[in-house]
Amino acid sequence: MNDMTLTKEQREARLEGMGCKRKRVEDIRFTQGKGQYVDDIKMPGMLFGDFVRSPYPHARVKKIDASRALALPGVIAVLTAEDLKGVNLAWMPTLAGDVQMVLADGKVLYQNQEVAFVLAEDRYLADDAIQLVDVEYEELPVLVDPFKSMDSDAPVLREDLVGKTSGAHGPRKHHNHIFTWDVGDKDLTDKAFHEADVTIKELISYHRTHPSPLETCQCVAAMDKVKGELTLYGTFQAPHVIRTVASLLSTIPEHKIHVIAPDIGGGFGNKVGAYPGYICAIVASIVTGRPVKWVEDRMENLSTTSFARDYHMTTEIAARKDGTVTSLRVHVLADHGGFDACADPSKWPAGFFNIVTGSYDFPVAHLSVDGVYTNKAPGGVAYRCSFRVTEAAYCIERAMDILAQKLGMDPADLRMKNFIRRDQFPYQSALGWEYDSGDYHLAMQKAMDTLNYRALREEQKQKQEAFRRGETREIMGIGISFFTEIVGAGPSKNCDILGVAMFDSAEIRVHPTGSVISRMGTKSQGQGHETTWAQIIATEIGIPAENIMVEEGNTDTAPYGLGTYGSRSTPVAGAAIALAARKIRAKAQMIAAHMLEVSEYDLEWDVDGFQVKGNPQARKSMTEIAWAAYHLPPPGMEPGLEAVSYYDPPNMTYPFGAYFCVMDIDVDTGVAKTRRFYALDDCGTRINPMIIEGQVHGGLTEAFAIAMGQEIRYDEAGNVMGASFMDFFLPTAVETPHWETDFTVTPSPHHPIGAKGVGESPNVGGVPAFSNAVNDAFAFLGSTHIQMPHDSWRLWKVAKELGATA
Amino acid sequence: MVQLPLCVHRTHRQPPDQEQAVWPGIPELTAPVREEAVIPGQFTYHRPSTVQEAVALLASHGEEARPLAGGHSLIPMMKLRMAAPEHLVDLGGVAELKGIREDAGHIVIGAITTQHEVIGSELLASKLPILRETSLVIADPQIRYVGTIGGNVANGDPGNDMPALMQCLDAGYVLVGPSGERHVAAREFYEAAYFTALSPDEIVAAIRIPVPAAGHGYAYEKLKRKVGDYATAAAAVMLTRSGHQITSCAIGLTNVADTPLFAEEAGRILTGSSMEADVVTRAVAAAEAITNPASDGRGPAEYRTRMAGVMLRRALARAYDRAAA
Repeated sequence: MNDMTLTKEQREARLEGMGCKRKRVEDIRFTQGKGQYVDDIKMPGMLFGDFVRSPYPHARVKKIDASRALALPGVIAVLTAEDLKGVNLAWMPTLAGDVQMVLADGKVLYQNQEVAFVLAEDRYLADDAIQLVDVEYEELPVLVDPFKSMDSDAPVLREDLVGKTSGAHGPRKHHNHIFTWDVGDKDLTDKAFHEADVTIKELISYHRTHPSPLETCQCVAAMDKVKGELTLYGTFQAPHVIRTVASLLSTIPEHKIHVIAPDIGGGFGNKVGAYPGYICAIVASIVTGRPVKWVEDRMENLSTTSFARDYHMTTEIAARKDGTVTSLRVHVLADHGGFDACADPSKWPAGFFNIVTGSYDFPVAHLSVDGVYTNKAPGGVAYRCSFRVTEAAYCIERAMDILAQKLGMDPADLRMKNFIRRDQFPYQSALGWEYDSGDYHLAMQKAMDTLNYRALREEQKQKQEAFRRGETREIMGIGISFFTEIVGAGPSKNCDILGVAMFDSAEIRVHPTGSVISRMGTKSQGQGHETTWAQIIATEIGIPAENIMVEEGNTDTAPYGLGTYGSRSTPVAGAAIALAARKIRAKAQMIAAHMLEVSEYDLEWDVDGFQVKGNPQARKSMTEIAWAAYHLPPPGMEPGLEAVSYYDPPNMTYPFGAYFCVMDIDVDTGVAKTRRFYALDDCGTRINPMIIEGQVHGGLTEAFAIAMGQEIRYDEAGNVMGASFMDFFLPTAVETPHWETDFTVTPSPHHPIGAKGVGESPNVGGVPAFSNAVNDAFAFLGSTHIQMPHDSWRLWKVAKELGATA
Repeated sequence: MVQLPLCVHRTHRQPPDQEQAVWPGIPELTAPVREEAVIPGQFTYHRPSTVQEAVALLASHGEEARPLAGGHSLIPMMKLRMAAPEHLVDLGGVAELKGIREDAGHIVIGAITTQHEVIGSELLASKLPILRETSLVIADPQIRYVGTIGGNVANGDPGNDMPALMQCLDAGYVLVGPSGERHVAAREFYEAAYFTALSPDEIVAAIRIPVPAAGHGYAYEKLKRKVGDYATAAAAVMLTRSGHQITSCAIGLTNVADTPLFAEEAGRILTGSSMEADVVTRAVAAAEAITNPASDGRGPAEYRTRMAGVMLRRALARAYDRAAA
């Protein structure tokens, strides 16, 4: 078919390629309840597993008596650590180079830790049986406060590590110490502080929270004992890695393990790691030869699988009188809980926290991080952020405001003064990163102009005066956040997971009729890959996106990839997709040349096909070329039209943005109302503006939740508090502010399509904007730094302490 | 009667002194959380069609049976295995328990009337608008379609909004048991968290509320963390005015003790006043003085007490403005 009856614009529009606000194709099934999630999987003879969990945060397990549970008809087995030892699986390796108990081996280290795995004919029976497993505990002293973890008399948590003076990341200096991570030039930093006109120092804590995806972690393990093959359905953000790990742990050959991640109801980092539930379900299926389902409930999810943050950042900035920053010094105390199960690339014990110099031109900086054990659940995942990047962004953005306050400077002006300039890119940061591109001044100025920033400051001043005169009980805050992210992990030279380099992949096959099946090593959990990946291919090879099927998550069919987290899908797999598509286009060009009887060099690309230069009537569309590839390929050429690409990125990408929050706080109740929230994002080339906007809305809603109250709290006795949606703050549409979005475009120079990734920017940039708004509101009453979360009672307490309310 | 394919599980209700500090409300999980679960134990489901039948079922199964209305408190507690009745007596099929009518100076509301029906009632809108105002801040629309006013008052959960309002309105509950009908005033009904004057073999059949004077002022002020949450603190105010002077004033407080609170002293202080600042301050202090809230995720006790005061202040101001002078 020759499409020359359509204009070029019409043909471009028909592709629905990059830049198109294409509607999400996956939403057709999601909005009708037709998604297929793990819990939708039902197999003949399937058993259900559930955990007996520890009520104590630190205790010796003296005895486990399952006899009453086993007497219940329909209860198949109760697995304990002793049973797992038989298959060498009582412990499992973590992504951070530590080991973690699968089931309590002699002791428990946090409340709700997995103690025994009950296997029964149905879910109700499994829960009934849990109540009948008698476990005898001997309570041990509990360590909750990370600042006390390295006291000389602190209880020994990890008895398995006694006497080990070094771990996966170097020397350990105490029995509860995990690692010290040291980056930057300490001497030059110290020198800069000695010479500084002005310095600030503040302990900035980022509390413990949780990604809390709508769907909890779950799996179905089905061992076919005849074929010796294991099929594992699960909520996996990185299915290929799970297969490799499952093979290494179970000794089942990798090709006999089929890992399938079906539709996933949100991940946000919660579904990167491997959990005891997966291991127990696999073992149980191997033992029984029957499929075993494990589905985590909400409280289990919130209290055991993968918290986020719990970073305590002592932050210092040195500056000149005019506000020019001269040095940054940060020490982090990182609370990892009972095991170091942090999901970072293997060589990065604190992730990419060394992005902490942010958007500013610090000539020198020094960072050290100490990881410690406490009696809390393990995790430390990147909750909708690249590894520890949201902690870093919060740290520097809060600290810049504190510096501005000390200098008596406007925080926007201080930022403008210290931004890395456009002409400094690629920019080498003091802590070792090479920022790819940016125009920070442009973005900041656009944000300030849009909001009429100076007028807001004037209004704030008047409100403060009215408050002092007793005419209002409301105070107003303006929060600024100018964040720089580091995403797209990552180059093989510095990023791997358990030794596997963090590349990603795409495979594209064009069928004879010109439709396409494509598969990637990534796995969407709601990001909309089925929509956006097709758009990249559509633009690259001129086939309408609606004719392109995207499949992910089946390790048998998809090429090997490292999965979706850390905003890495677009920077890494997105590049692989473009490059695979370009291989197809290159072959298509040769086929077209043969069809048109010209040299391939005489052809030029035109939207959806090749035309002879200077003679646009002589053209072949991709549909025609696809048919020819199977029907009559040029002599000597292999038939078919498909390509695979594995992409090892040369560098990370560095999205950035300017976020502003305008907030009013009722000092008598502590209730904060967000009046305006403006988010300008620069994620480089924009593939689908509508999906970007959706991502930003979702991430900002999470940021709002985290800053304003979302918390996994432990009481002094180590009890995990608020591990249900009654208390864990998940805002509804009613509480969520209205979001205004905006953008600038600074393409990544090293990425094939210039895209940088956006999924996590709003969480990273949003939290400091909210917190800075709260802090900005109270600053005129004499406060310097208020710790998150900023829920009403805490803000009321601040107001009370500052004498603003009775 | 439907036998669900579940397994037997028994627990007994604990006496008040053994109640954990997690009440009120469905917890905040303070531990030890040994029976952490979201799957209920086994129960037998009954669906009677008359009050008599319902009461007979409750009587025959004693402490092992619980009446089920909207289920928004009981079912979550069963899923958490904090309640494990062996017999659920669903009142949803008892037609005589539904409806809103006026009867001899009283508004009578059948126990299984939903919050949604309360909100939509024209009779209540004209005679008792505070019921609509309060219902609108209970949970969310989906829950209000199913949640009932009878369940809200009968469960004894101090987090529920209706009990304090009923005390403010001096409502009476019509209780029906095997030996017939009796009336208990809302102000006498609540003993401790989840402990009320209701016997295990009785149900709340209806609520009787004296029709307040025309032109009364009213307000329900509730502070909560988010839609669907129980109150951090809430205050119900009903008052009448003659000119500037308050001629009667009743106050109820929600979720700031293990029962709803009727703030009698505060109401007395205000009656006869003209809302002078010092009188309001004294009344608020009197109301705060009777609170004894739990420290929980909503805030420490000190905060919740103070918020009861702030809510009362705001409810008073609004009720006073609304009252015909």
